[in-house]
Amino acid sequence: MSLNNRYEFVYLFDVKDGNPNGDPDAGNLPRVDAETGQGLVTDVCLKRKVRNYVGMVKEETPPFEIYIKEKAVLNRNNLRAYEALELKHESKKLPKKEDDARRVTQWMCQNFFDIRTFGAVMSTDVNTGQVRGPVQMNFARSIEPVVSAEHSITRMAVTTEKEAEAQSGDNRTMGRKFTIPYGLYRCHGFISANLAKQTGFSEEDLELFWDSLVNMLDHDRSASRGEMSPCALLVFKHDSALGNAPARKLFELVDVKRKSQGPARDFSDYEVTVKEDQLPKGVQLIKYLD
Amino acid sequence: MGFCLDVSGEFACFTRPEMKVERVSYDVITPSSARAIFEAILWKPAIQWQVTKIEVLNPIKWMNLRRNEVESIVSTRTAKSAMTSGEGHLGIYVDEQRQQRASLLLKDVRYRLHAEFQMTDKAGPQDSAAKFADMFRRRAEKGQCFNQPYLGCREFSCDFELVDADDGPDPIQRSSDLGFMLYDLDYGDPAYPQPLFFRAHMQDGVVAVPERNSPEVRG
Repeated sequence: MSLNNRYEFVYLFDVKDGNPNGDPDAGNLPRVDAETGQGLVTDVCLKRKVRNYVGMVKEETPPFEIYIKEKAVLNRNNLRAYEALELKHESKKLPKKEDDARRVTQWMCQNFFDIRTFGAVMSTDVNTGQVRGPVQMNFARSIEPVVSAEHSITRMAVTTEKEAEAQSGDNRTMGRKFTIPYGLYRCHGFISANLAKQTGFSEEDLELFWDSLVNMLDHDRSASRGEMSPCALLVFKHDSALGNAPARKLFELVDVKRKSQGPARDFSDYEVTVKEDQLPKGVQLIKYLD
Repeated sequence: MGFCLDVSGEFACFTRPEMKVERVSYDVITPSSARAIFEAILWKPAIQWQVTKIEVLNPIKWMNLRRNEVESIVSTRTAKSAMTSGEGHLGIYVDEQRQQRASLLLKDVRYRLHAEFQMTDKAGPQDSAAKFADMFRRRAEKGQCFNQPYLGCREFSCDFELVDADDGPDPIQRSSDLGFMLYDLDYGDPAYPQPLFFRAHMQDGVVAVPERNSPEVRG
């Protein structure tokens, strides 16, 4: 069953002594809006974590397989059986071929969670091979400007003989690492019930998606990430597929403010208030992580 | 029937087709992106949106952003053979098929978009312009949409508000020749959409958009 309601969500997460999203243009420094100093995390960075989480909990099996895989985690060199869909061998006439491509697209949607959710570009020759997924996420932005700290680190071994010679046996090299001491990030997302119908994104998929936002950071630990945690997931559910209020009006109901002096170092330095009394008619607020 | 939307967003990228590998945005929103915003609120085969005027309300600002992207697309052929044989190996491994691409984005954009729709020959006997105009007004006033509209790319969603054509702030005081700009795609042959271009001029922050059939729009 596909969705009958439009949704918007506000996702808050924080990072402590880590780099939530490196900028390849700036030597992997944390991404920063140069004008405001606020930290940025791209939409694709968060979608990657959703994919990894779903791939992990559903063990990469249809209908929850992940199309865009990260090799380091998921490279299992096996052939997996698919429910064979009885595809009639049709002649190569153009109109029929288009119909064919539509079925391929549908089949991909049925088997792959990320194609159903985020969409994908499929095939070059036929126009219908492109699907827009229902879930649309924006960049996450930190509430306050973040400060990037650079740390020099040493390692006690070298990789090659040549390096060892250059060091005349000392075998110690220096490296660099970037962290931000603390940052609270806010991300806005949209889920279109109409696009969900087109890809077959279901209520069950939606639950899995919320579940991944709540849990994914706990399964994305690494030396560079530091301590990343979800802080709040506020979901606005509209009564109808088209929606009952402008997205911006709903986002404005969620206010994140500082409640302490000096640099923030913890989520408790912030106060999240939701003006629930101003919730428009026909919109319901669901709080995960509360 | 003419309507006017005030749209704003934190970022935007209206990619120039000649610089789409490392994306570079046009200075202002293209007519085709503007059309898509109206269509995200209401579109039926019976109607066709025509953007008439773009007013630029915020100064044009830029930002550079580099992201890891995937270089491949889903292959129809492999998917098909997996469907028929009942087994296969379909995923893309992003570490092996990676491209780092920069994008030159617009920042803090705000436009007032003017558009009207005409009925097409797909309109049925029950369809009337007044009916669709009512539907559009109702949806836009309530903030309803088919899907959240966006400024060029889906990660750059935008807010929209239905406004009166002469209300709101004045456009920026800047005039320049924006050069040849993508007008829209001609989907006459759906398998091979053809791009259309026009010479865009910004006069005191206002870009007048010619009609699709006018000689100013070239294929």
